[in-house]
This record gives sequence, C-alpha cells and structure tokens, in this order.
Amino acid sequence: MSSILVFAESTDGKFKKTSREAVSYAAEMGGDVTAVAFGDIEQSELESLGNNGAGKVLHAGDDKLNQGVIQAYATALAQAVEQTGSEIVVMSKSSLGDAIAARLAAKIGAALAGNVVSLPDTSNGFVVKRSIYTNKAFVNVDMKEGKKIIAVKKNAVAIKEDGGSATVESFSPDLGDSDFAVKITKTEKAEGDILLPEADLVVSGGRGLKGPENWDMIEELAGELGAATGCSKPVSDMGWRPHHEHVGQTGVKVAPSLYIAIGISGAIQHLAGVNASKVLVAINKDPEAPFFKAADYGIVGDAFEVVPKLIDAVKASND
Amino acid sequence: MKILVCITHVPDTTSKISFTDNNTKFDSSGVQYIIGPYDDYALARAVELKESNGATVTVLNVGTSETEPTIRKALAIGADDAIRVDAFPENGHFVAEQIAHIAKENNYDLILMGRESIDYNGGAVHGMVGEMLGLPSLSPVMTLDIEGNTAKMTREIEGGKEYVEADLPFVAGCQEPIAEWKIPNMRGIMTARTKPLNVVEAVDTTEKTELKNYELPPEKGDCKMVDPDNVEELVDLLKNEAKVL
Ligand SMILES: Cc1cc2nc3c(=O)[nH]c(=O)nc-3n(C[C@H](O)[C@H](O)[C@H](O)COP(=O)(O)OP(=O)(O)OC[C@H]3O[C@@H](n4cnc5c(N)ncnc54)[C@H](O)[C@@H]3O)c2cc1C
Repeated sequence: MSSILVFAESTDGKFKKTSREAVSYAAEMGGDVTAVAFGDIEQSELESLGNNGAGKVLHAGDDKLNQGVIQAYATALAQAVEQTGSEIVVMSKSSLGDAIAARLAAKIGAALAGNVVSLPDTSNGFVVKRSIYTNKAFVNVDMKEGKKIIAVKKNAVAIKEDGGSATVESFSPDLGDSDFAVKITKTEKAEGDILLPEADLVVSGGRGLKGPENWDMIEELAGELGAATGCSKPVSDMGWRPHHEHVGQTGVKVAPSLYIAIGISGAIQHLAGVNASKVLVAINKDPEAPFFKAADYGIVGDAFEVVPKLIDAVKASND
Repeated sequence: MKILVCITHVPDTTSKISFTDNNTKFDSSGVQYIIGPYDDYALARAVELKESNGATVTVLNVGTSETEPTIRKALAIGADDAIRVDAFPENGHFVAEQIAHIAKENNYDLILMGRESIDYNGGAVHGMVGEMLGLPSLSPVMTLDIEGNTAKMTREIEGGKEYVEADLPFVAGCQEPIAEWKIPNMRGIMTARTKPLNVVEAVDTTEKTELKNYELPPEKGDCKMVDPDNVEELVDLLKNEAKVL
C-alpha cells in the first residue's frame, strides 16, 4: 500500500487519544504513514506519533491554525494529500473530524466513509464496516473512488505503541482569507475535568437523583474512579448539569470501557449514546427499568444508599 | 433573507432495526418515520428567524414520494414551501450533490440542516455542500443569531464551546439547544396542505461508494445482578471479571 495521510487532532498542544487511534489504524493498514498536525505543539509531542506508527509528521505551526478552523484545515490537508501523493486519508470521527472530512472529500473528489469500525477488507474491493443507526447496526461499504477518506470511530481500534519516533517536517500550507471566513472569537472549556467524549470511564446520573444538590456523590464516585461525569437529557434540560454532559442520541455519544448509569431509566435515546461502551452498569431502584436489559451488571437499589457504599468500596479497593 | 432547511426522513428513534433480502435491504415494515431530530432543531430555528427577522423558509428533502408526509409536517411547522428531489438518498455524497445543485439556482442566505442524520450518522452533508458551493460551513451549531449580514453562533467542541462569527451566506449543521422543537398546530396542518411542494428530478452523480450488506450486532448476554448490600462484589467483578478497573 502506498502513502497514507492522517489528520492528527490536538487540543491545547496535546494529541487526542483518538488521533493516536487513527495513526495506529493507518499503520495497521501498512504503507507509509504521514501525520498532519496543526497549531502550537511541542517537538517531543509531535515525534511521539512515531510510537503509534507515523513515520513522518507534517507540522503547520502557524498561530492562526491553533483553533478548529474547519476550512483552513481542509485546504491544508488537501495540499498535504497532493504533496505526499496519498491515496488514503485517515482521521477520527469527532465533531471537528466529521466537518473536515466532509469538506476534504468534496475538495479532492474522494470517497468518504465515516464511523468506521474495522480495517478495510481488500480481498474484493476496499470494504469497510461502518456503525449506523446509532450503533444499532453496521453497514459494509465498498469505497470505489481512487482517493479514500476514512473517519474511524473512537475506541474501535487498539492504540499501537512500538517505541518509534517520527521525523518532523515543517509544513506551510497556502491559505487565503476565505479559509478563515468563520472567525472564532472566544473558546470556553470545562476546566480541569476529564473530557467526557474521550473518557475511558464514565459515571452518569439521571432524573432519579432528584436534584443538582445530589451530584456531589456522583462527582465523588467519579473522582475515586478517575472517571468523567455525564447525565441524561432531562437533567441537562432542567439545568442540573451543563449541556456538554448530556449523553445520548441527541447529546454526546460515548464509548468508554465502563459506563455506570445511576438513576437513569435506559430510554432507547439514552442507550443510543452509550451502547458502544465495553461494559455497562445500571443502578436503579426499579427492577423493571429498561437499562437492565442493556447492562452487563446491575444493582436494584436506591441510589442514595448504594452510591455512598460504592464510593467506600472503590476507596477500599484503591488503597 | 432566504433560508433553506434540509431535512432527512428517518426511522423514529425507538425503531427496531432489521434487514431483509439477505441483509441487503432495510426492513421498513412497522417503522414510523420522522423528521431527523437534528434537522428538527434546524427547522425550528429557521421558523423562529422568520418570525423575528423576516425570512422565507424552504424545506428540501432528497427522497422518494414516501417522504411527502414528513415534508408536509415541516410545512405545518412553519416552512413556506418545499422541494423534493425525487430520488432515493443513496449516500451522503449523492444527497450533498442534490442540495448543492438546488442551492446554486436559488441563492439562499442560510442553508441549515442537522449535524447528522440518525440513520447513517455520517455528519458529512453540511461540509460537502459548503465545499461544493464555495461557502463557509460549520457544525455542530448550538446557537445562531443574525445581526445584519453577520451570524453569531456557538459551536460545540469536545468539553465546551466556541463563539464564532461568519458573514452570510453559509451552511450550518445544527443541534440542540439552538431552538425548541415545534409541534404543528391545527392551523399549520391545514395550511400545509396548500403550500407548494415542488418535485424535481435528481442530477447525475458518480457513485463513490457501494453498499454491500448490513449486519446486526451480536445478541446481548444477560445482566448479572449484584446484591445492593454487597456492592464490594460489583467492584470485584469490574476489576477481575470485566477487567475495566
Ligand atoms: C428524539 C429524542 C431524543 C432524545 N435524546 C436523548 C438523549 O440524547 N439522551 C437522553 O438521556 N435522553 C434523550 N431523550 C429522552 C429520553 O427518551 C428519556 O426521557 C430520558 O433519557 C430519561 O432520562 P432519565 O432516565 O434520567 O429520567 P427518567 O425517565 O425519569 O428515569 C429516572 C430513573 O431513575 C430511577 N430512580 C428514581 N429514583 C431513584 C433512586 N432514588 N435511586 C435509583 N434510581 C432511581 C427511576 O426508577 C427511573 O428509572 C430523547 C427523547 C427523544 C424523543
């Protein structure tokens, strides 16, 4: 296989876990893997993509590329495709990744497959498996066009680590005013928290917790586990928790190793956002709660009694 | 201001998903179809902008005649007229080509749609349309206000949000809480019947991907229940059996 280009997304100068997954995916396909990185990122961080299988990193460090400027990234990636003669572009599915993949596909006339959960099967064509219907099914599609863009679903591939180090080359894409037509005036981020979309462990609370004042115990449990916190839609609708914690069909979709749902009924729209998790735990006082049908482990009990005990048990096992 | 809202016609979120014909066709028997939930947000905001800023709202759907009830619902919610591109929405690229073709002929100030469809979850159409039209595109847009020729928006980023500005025209993929969904009222339903719904032919595109077959995930095993008086067992199971702690 020829040259594969990977868009490596970063936040605050660090590559996201999903970017390392995308690089690992490309390396697993075989061929030369070149990653493209934007913004202010230190040399050692850039080189570290070599550990995941990138031979080379093209780094466009211009300050203007520090933020998620969709068009500028797409234009720059198209130039990187040209420069490296890549036939395949890999990136991870994220709100930024989706937006860039789409523009890039239209720009270079490539076939695009998003939400990909498998390596391509090249025995008869170039067939990838995509997750559809919010994880309720999969579709196998043959990517026929010469150029191909694959957006990999998070946690769908294992991160490869082989101790390698990438060579870093500076990259100066030719960008015009129209690439910056969308102006970012301010960015607001939840400070210090583990980011929900990328978290490996998530503790989530629903309407069963009765009110925002009861979230202390959710936070304490999450703190003991090193988990991010999430919630059901009514909880964020009522303003008990911030919008970016709302998990589900219309909220954040998560795919952690462990998702603990406390006082959440397990409505299909909530499950749609969590059913890609490796292990699901439900704690609910109603033995008939639909969540138990989806869960791997369950406790029928009152959250106000079970959660404090669970915090103690986790503490004891951490010691 | 002219607003185009692109809507999908998708199985209701509670639908059981299954396939027929040796897993090559979606089984639509017993399935209720709705306007894509994210598209519903886009439509609701467009109707609000029509009320506050003055605008015409056109809805567009790429679909066969079966989608007409869904389009009529969008008209009942407050769109002024509708266009149906008469074709099965084969894939995101095909749909984007159709939307871009219509948009080129009509000069819209705003092209709104959901951040992704809930059937194929591609999240690609807004970006493709933006690129095809040479317009800025952004997604997922959480709030949108128009001041003069400038749109002020917030966009969701992982763990937070970004405040952004762009001049019209542009393309946006929307999500909550951009607006409250609107439920059609009786008057809306009555007037929707007489609003124009223009059916147009699809333009040719080259197929870039080909659907081979569908698969369902493996059946789920039973949930292992733990006694609420013995939560240590849960920690033990998560550690030693599931190996996730
Ligand atoms: C188009 C559409 C999209 C949607 N998208 C989403 C989405 O993205 N995410 C989402 O979450 N929802 C979504 N919903 C809403 C969804 O249908 C449910 O209404 C919602 O998930 C319910 O939230 P909940 O489980 O917290 O609350 P409830 O349904 O009120 O359930 C509360 C649960 O807590 C339990 N409980 C009560 N007290 C206790 C206690 N003391 N201890 C333990 N358990 C207790 C109850 O037994 C119950 O099971 C959507 C709905 C629609 C129509």
